[in-house]
Amino acid sequence: MADTEPLQAGTVATAQRPARPAVQVVPLRGLPVVAVVVALVVAAIAGNWMWALTFCHVVGGGLWTALDLFLGLVLGPILGRLSVPARAEFAARFMPKMVLIMPTLVLMTLAAGFQLALREGNLAPGNPNHAWLIASYCVVGVMAVIALGVLEPANIAVLFEMRKQRPDGEVIARLMRRFLYTAGVTGAMQVATLIIMTRVATQ
Amino acid sequence: MSADPAAAARGRRLPPVDVLTVASLALVVVGGILMASYVPRRPPLAAPSALAAAGAALALASVLLLARLQRFAWDRFFAVFGWALLAYLVSAAMIGFAFIRDHTSGGPLALVVVMLAIYAVDVPLVIAFTVARYASPPYSPR
Repeated sequence: MADTEPLQAGTVATAQRPARPAVQVVPLRGLPVVAVVVALVVAAIAGNWMWALTFCHVVGGGLWTALDLFLGLVLGPILGRLSVPARAEFAARFMPKMVLIMPTLVLMTLAAGFQLALREGNLAPGNPNHAWLIASYCVVGVMAVIALGVLEPANIAVLFEMRKQRPDGEVIARLMRRFLYTAGVTGAMQVATLIIMTRVATQ
Repeated sequence: MSADPAAAARGRRLPPVDVLTVASLALVVVGGILMASYVPRRPPLAAPSALAAAGAALALASVLLLARLQRFAWDRFFAVFGWALLAYLVSAAMIGFAFIRDHTSGGPLALVVVMLAIYAVDVPLVIAFTVARYASPPYSPR
């Protein structure tokens, strides 16, 4: 059976399937969608456009939180139990999409959210939501450092590894471990975000 | 020296460029949070300035450590760094636009621009370093 063929040490098996998917680090077809989202966020901020600000913040934030929790708590543990070739094939198809999706959602959520809070007066020192919003900045700060400094470099390095003629399974596994190690922190931060945002919305 | 280039790339000990750069990014993020916590009032600049200066020093240290590397995949590093820099300059410009739109000016705006510049260099630096350290061959012929 192809899946049980011995692997060459340190490499992801590539001969067991006739064609390995070509890995594109940045899916160019997605760039117009990103451009439209960025243009919408800029227009919403420039025009202080209430509906668009709320849309960008709620939709972006909902998708960001749901994706993070799903990936960290559901998909991540499943991936951790798959064979290295299976993980590598999944990563080759999945991670390029994340290179565009996550930064776009984060930008959409944070930029629109800050403007919305300013417009609603939630940032004023006497506002009951002020302290909650400062807490949300801290939560977002932790997530930003993890996402930008730890996860995104690993994601892109995995994609470059996958483009090689003989991807090194050990390098991929080493980089992917970062996702497992940070899943708990990211999950906790996202739960904190849900608590903070529901408090802010109901005070 | 290992005959396997992949194993050689894995086993290399490199200076802590990624650690210093992520620390720099963290300091800038903390400085940004401090400043944002005062909006719409004018923030005191002492603490954010100190954090930005420390962040800049760490970023500079990581660039210097990187520049001393003789055998490194520089072609791969610069290819990734260039594209990532473009992406993060767009991102930094958007954040800067939001601050200008909200009437931030003078010293606070200058400090925000400095922090955004550090952010826009830090992230591409750590991405390009992480990619290039596992490149095969592990260094560019000179």
